[in-house]
Amino acid sequence: MVTMDDYLDIETEWCPGCGNFAILKAIKKALVNLGKEPNEVLIVSGIGQAGKLPHYMKCNTFNGLHGRTLPPATGAKIANHELTVLTVGGDGDAYGEGGNHIIHAIRRNPNITTIVNDNQIYGLTKGQASPTSELGMKTKIQTHGVVNTPLNPLALAISLDCSFVARGYAGNIEHLTGILEEAINHQGFALVDILQPCVSFNKLNTFKWYAERVYRLDEEGYVPDDRITAFKRSLEWGDKIPIGIFYKKEKTTLEDGFSALKEGTLISRAKDHALVDELIDSFM
Amino acid sequence: MDHDINIRVGGEAGQGIQTIGLALAQTFQKSGLYVFSTQYYLSRVRGGHNYFQIRVSDSPIKAISDRLDLLIALDSASVEKHMEELNDGVVLLDREEVKITNDNRQIFNVPFQKIAKDIGGSKLYASTVATGAVLGLLCCNLKVLEDILKDTFAKKGEDIININIKAARAGYEYAQENYSAKCKYSFEKVEQKTKTMLIDGNDAVGLGALAAGVQFLASYPMTPSTGVMNYIAAHADKFNVVVEQAEDEISALNMVLGASFAGARAMTTTSGGGFCLMAEALGLAGMTETPAVIFLGQRPGPATGLPTMTEQGDLLFALHAAQGEFPRCILAPKTPDDAFYLTAKAFNLADKYQIPVFIMSDQYLADSQFTCERFDASKITIDRHLLSDDELGSMETYKRYTITPDGISPRALPGQSKHVVVADSDEHNEEGHIDQTADNRISMMEKRMRKLNGLTKEMEAPEVYGPHEADVTLVGWGSSYSPLTETVDLLNKEGQSLNLIHFNHIFPMNKEAIRSIILKKGTTVCVESNATGQFAKILKTEADIPVDMNLLRYDGMPFTSGYLIRALREKKVI
Repeated sequence: MVTMDDYLDIETEWCPGCGNFAILKAIKKALVNLGKEPNEVLIVSGIGQAGKLPHYMKCNTFNGLHGRTLPPATGAKIANHELTVLTVGGDGDAYGEGGNHIIHAIRRNPNITTIVNDNQIYGLTKGQASPTSELGMKTKIQTHGVVNTPLNPLALAISLDCSFVARGYAGNIEHLTGILEEAINHQGFALVDILQPCVSFNKLNTFKWYAERVYRLDEEGYVPDDRITAFKRSLEWGDKIPIGIFYKKEKTTLEDGFSALKEGTLISRAKDHALVDELIDSFM
Repeated sequence: MDHDINIRVGGEAGQGIQTIGLALAQTFQKSGLYVFSTQYYLSRVRGGHNYFQIRVSDSPIKAISDRLDLLIALDSASVEKHMEELNDGVVLLDREEVKITNDNRQIFNVPFQKIAKDIGGSKLYASTVATGAVLGLLCCNLKVLEDILKDTFAKKGEDIININIKAARAGYEYAQENYSAKCKYSFEKVEQKTKTMLIDGNDAVGLGALAAGVQFLASYPMTPSTGVMNYIAAHADKFNVVVEQAEDEISALNMVLGASFAGARAMTTTSGGGFCLMAEALGLAGMTETPAVIFLGQRPGPATGLPTMTEQGDLLFALHAAQGEFPRCILAPKTPDDAFYLTAKAFNLADKYQIPVFIMSDQYLADSQFTCERFDASKITIDRHLLSDDELGSMETYKRYTITPDGISPRALPGQSKHVVVADSDEHNEEGHIDQTADNRISMMEKRMRKLNGLTKEMEAPEVYGPHEADVTLVGWGSSYSPLTETVDLLNKEGQSLNLIHFNHIFPMNKEAIRSIILKKGTTVCVESNATGQFAKILKTEADIPVDMNLLRYDGMPFTSGYLIRALREKKVI
């Protein structure tokens, strides 16, 4: 039986009190609860404090480029769809640099769980605005405050009919673990945006700020099966911020669509020499 | 060489130029003749002036000629544009559609459209009528074309096949009845030669990749590379290949790296602009030591440049793209058969050295059809250089970036065994985890760069064509091989003394092998389709071999022997 120890406990380079600790713990817990061994899991991460996450646990890791978690994850899932593939990156990674990829990953619907450690700030580069920073937030660069409308990742995903859309909160590990288990188990692309206070650079969206606002959708008996309702709830932001699973829809996955994957993984399929000769003859 | 005819089909995009050109090229090839065809087209789907050129001979030919013998003019622009090049050649046209004022040439009128309408009730069949008419004029065997039409329209059903065959016959008979005795280019007495393949550079790369067991291709379409993607996609289901059209080229190469990391033989296809977007992922391949094959079909830049024309202008870019230093390999095929074998070799080198490998082609090679000897698939091996399950099972620990004498770390796949595989774009330690210490940096840089030692030994020496020593040595690389060899032959026949040293293994340069071949006796002229002599620069910096002169072309058109001979004379080299 796989345990938390199998995923190891490794010293991190994160600031004390960082929301990433809770997210790391929730990911490990969810994988343990689902009985996944470290060698069955591949985490593709980007660049930023969140991108370092797979280095702090034991699992297959592809720590790639900033903003580019989804393309390699998609390629790896196609090559070996028996791997449990997760991506981890921050809000700058997923919604800024990687904005185009998330749109098309949702359209492709690979069986991948995308975890976005959304602290509404750039941490690694020390405190610039991110695509999800609040209007008016002052930074070293946005000296008069943020003027760009913050991106609403949940509304974006639901508008694209993403097959699983959820929001977690780093201040509630147990609830987050449950969401991640459902996301990983879900057949299709799952987006889990996680509200994550940045203790060093985001003085606005603090643990205290969130604690006063977040509430659980499931405690209201919310059923995540209607796109319009989900879209409406995704627009809630301010005095009350909902967390939980907003939308879920079973759809054909990317892997389902490839005939080459029907009888096993792509990498396990052998080549037939006779077919090559047939092709050569077609040019004779 | 009793027969050597140059045929050009000219008209607007959408008029069936390609249909006629391809059918003619195939008919000649299947009739046992040697064929070379190339296309000149603008970046548009309809309109504009485009042409398809075929050279056909009863002796081996590999390049296009400047001469024009038979013009099939589908619009008046074709007549205006190409008439002067005809010399004593002939024109085939439909006088009802193409109005001409200039009547001083030998013009054969065939009412393509009227015949098409009479037979099939539609102008759609005019292309088939024209194809038949050309074969009638040349007294070729119509049966060959009929078989090709059966194949081409197999999916459209018996009726469509029959109408096309009738249309071809009508065109053929019209030409025979009205003009057969008048055409001097009769192929009537040509004997059946050995069977050849008729294939273009792009299909040959696709075929090479399939023979090499490619499993995954991710690309964003871009002229002139798209043909490779099309070819592999058409056969993907049969060969268990996944082809994914990426949202952009950034995604394409990153997807390839993910698939390759997880164990698939993976490639991407692109042209210059798309490759610009891949530069960062190229470095990722270098740093994570993930094998990748990159097909780079060049066209003239910068920016959008001349999208449908040819150039060899991206060599230094491919050599230097991405920040930092890491080993890479560049191969540049000479011909479609070379493209087939080199593509397969690219996959083996990528897997063995865990590096990105380029196959550099260009629009000229991509879109030109050559008659080649049958490719020998049995020559292709698939060498993955992966740890076996047994090897991994007996290992206590596994480190993805183990330091080794040759720089190559034994490669395992994620999910293959109890061991996890960690790859990182940061500088990393042997396990694959971030490590920014100086000692680690030095040993990892040296480990990666050491791979060049082995790789360099796998780079074949350039081919010497013509006499071993000569007054003038032409130096070339990639697709210019055929016009260069023809130039050497033609000039040596005139009594000149020339040879050619031609490269298809470009980088890393095998200095010893190259220096033993390039004996600087006469004048060396490096011939390239770019404005700055990029290959000559590499030859100097990497192999310490200076050339005496550059012969450069950058108007978007391919080299021909005619062009080269004129340019050599202007430079007073000959």
